[in-house]
Amino acid sequence: MRIAVASGKGGTGKTTVAVALAMASSEPVVYADCDVEEPNGSIFLRPEVYKTEKVLVEVPVINEEKCTSCGKCARFCRFNALVSLGTPPLVFPELCHSCGGCAIVCPADAISWTGNTIGEISLGKADGGRVSVVQGKLNVGSVLAPPVIRQVKSHIPHDGFSVIDCPPGTSCPVIEAIGESDYVLLVTEPTPFGLHDLKLAVNTVRELGLPFSVVINRFDEGDRGVEEYCSQENIHIMVKIPHRRAMAETYSRGGTLLDGIPEMREVFKDIPRIIERGIEEK
Amino acid sequence: MKEIVVISGKGGTGKTSITGCFAALAENAILADCDVDAADLHMLLAPEIISRTDFISGNEAVVREDDCTGCGICREKCKFDAIEVTPAGKYRVNPYSCEGCMVCVEVCPVKAIDFPPNHCGEWYFSHTRFGPMVHARLGIAQENSGKLVSTVRREAAAKASELNRDLLIVDGPPGIGCPVIASITGASLLVVVTEPTISGKHDMKRVLELAKHFSVPALVIVNKWDINPEMTAEIEKDTVLAGALPIGRIPYDRAFTVAQINGRTLVEETTGEAVENITTIWEKVCRKLK
Repeated sequence: MRIAVASGKGGTGKTTVAVALAMASSEPVVYADCDVEEPNGSIFLRPEVYKTEKVLVEVPVINEEKCTSCGKCARFCRFNALVSLGTPPLVFPELCHSCGGCAIVCPADAISWTGNTIGEISLGKADGGRVSVVQGKLNVGSVLAPPVIRQVKSHIPHDGFSVIDCPPGTSCPVIEAIGESDYVLLVTEPTPFGLHDLKLAVNTVRELGLPFSVVINRFDEGDRGVEEYCSQENIHIMVKIPHRRAMAETYSRGGTLLDGIPEMREVFKDIPRIIERGIEEK
Repeated sequence: MKEIVVISGKGGTGKTSITGCFAALAENAILADCDVDAADLHMLLAPEIISRTDFISGNEAVVREDDCTGCGICREKCKFDAIEVTPAGKYRVNPYSCEGCMVCVEVCPVKAIDFPPNHCGEWYFSHTRFGPMVHARLGIAQENSGKLVSTVRREAAAKASELNRDLLIVDGPPGIGCPVIASITGASLLVVVTEPTISGKHDMKRVLELAKHFSVPALVIVNKWDINPEMTAEIEKDTVLAGALPIGRIPYDRAFTVAQINGRTLVEETTGEAVENITTIWEKVCRKLK
C-alpha cells in the first residue's frame, strides 16, 4: 500500500507525519521524499546512503551544419526553450520540458539530444535496514520539479508498504507526487490559513478521486474551524497530534514525533491497518 | 519602484504573517501575493476585489474521439504518459499529466486532436486597508504557476506606477522551484523568514544559494528564535557565510495564531516583544532599500 502525505499549506507537519508512519511500523517500508525542492525526511531518518544517481532530462542540441535556420523548431516549442532569429536556434535548456517536439518538426534532421542534470536521487537505508529511503533533490536554480519526482517514484516497488512525503501546494509537483497512491493523508493545522489551504487540498484529492483523511497537527493550539469543516464535509480525522513545546524543541534538533510524544507510536502503528480496512470496505 | 519579496524555503515559518505586518507598517506600498498555489495573505488583509481577470496560459490537448482512428502514434510519442486508451480502443488525454507540448497534435495523422487554450485560474486587483493588492488563484491541479506568479508581479508593478506607489511588497511561495524563481528574479531585496530547526536551516541555505544564483540581495529573519537559541545562532552564522545579512529575531508568540483567527496582522492585534522586533526589522529593511 502506498500512502501519500500531503498538505496545501507548507510547514503543517507533512514530514513529521510521514517519518512517524515509517518509524512506527515494524514492517519493511519505503520512504520516498518527493518534496524535492526542500527534501527534509533524511534529517530525521538519517539513512546510510549507498547509492546516488543524477536526474537527467533530455535537451536538444542543434547540428549547425545541418540546420537550415528555418525556425520551425522555435515556433513549435511551447516553452520558449528555443529562439531562432533567422539563425540556427539558441537553446535555453532550463526551460525545456523534453517533449521531443522540436526534433519531430525539424525538416533537416538537425536536432539530437543531450542530458542536462537537474537534480539528484539518493538511495539509503535507515532503522537498521528496515526503512528504505529514496530522496530526490532539485538542483538550486533548476525550475522543473516533476521529472525529479518521477525518478524518485521509479524507485518505489509496486507492492509492499511505502510512504510518500509530498511537496506543499496544489499544482503540478503535488499531482505528480500523489499520483498512483492508494491513499492520501492531508496534514493541516487548526488555524484559518490551515483550514483555507486544507480546503484546496481536499478539492485536489477529490478531483483526483483518491480516498483520504485528515491529520490535525498542534490541534489544541488554534481554533475549531478545521474540525467543524471536517464534520460538515464528512471527512474522517485520522489523528489529532497535540501541541507540546517539548515537541517543537525535539523537532528543532532533528528528533521525530515518536521521540517528542512517545504515545504517538501506537497511534501511528495502527494507521496503515485502519486505512487498509477502510479501503477494503469500499 | 523597489520590490521586496518575502520567501522562506520551508513552509510554515511565518512568511505570510510577517508580510502582513510589513503591509501594515509600510507607507505608500502596493501588495502582491505570489503564493498562488495556497494564497493566504488575503485572510489577513480582507481585500475588496475591484476587478478579476481570467488567467489563460498554455494549451491542453483534447482528442476528438469520433475522429480518432486508434492508431496510437500519439501515445507512443507523448513523453509524459498523458495518453490513455479508452474502453472503445481509442485514445484520450489525461489533463493532469498533459504538459501542453503539442507533440500529439503534430503527430496525429488524421488531425483528431484539438489544442484549446487552458484556463488555469484568475487574478484580482483589490483594495485593502493598507493599500492596493494584486493576488491570484490557481485552478485545482493546474500547471503554469510560474507564469501566474509572473503575471501577478507584472500587474502589480504596472499598478504601482499608475498609482504612484514606490514600493511593492510580495508574499512569496515556499520551495526553490519554478514559482519561487518566477517570484524573485529582478527583485530589489529578499526577506527570508526561517525558524531555528534543522529543516529551517537546511531550507534557508538552499534559498540563499538561489538568491546568489539570481544575484538578489537577501536579509534573514529567524522567527520563533527562542524555540532553539543555539540553532538561531548557527543560522545567523550560516547567513553571513552565504553572503546574506541576519536582520533580526522574533520570539515564538501564540498571538500570531490569535491575530490570524481574528483576521488581523500581529501589529494591529497586540503590542509586546514580537511587535517591537518586527517594527525594528521593518525599519532596517527600509534603510536597506535606500
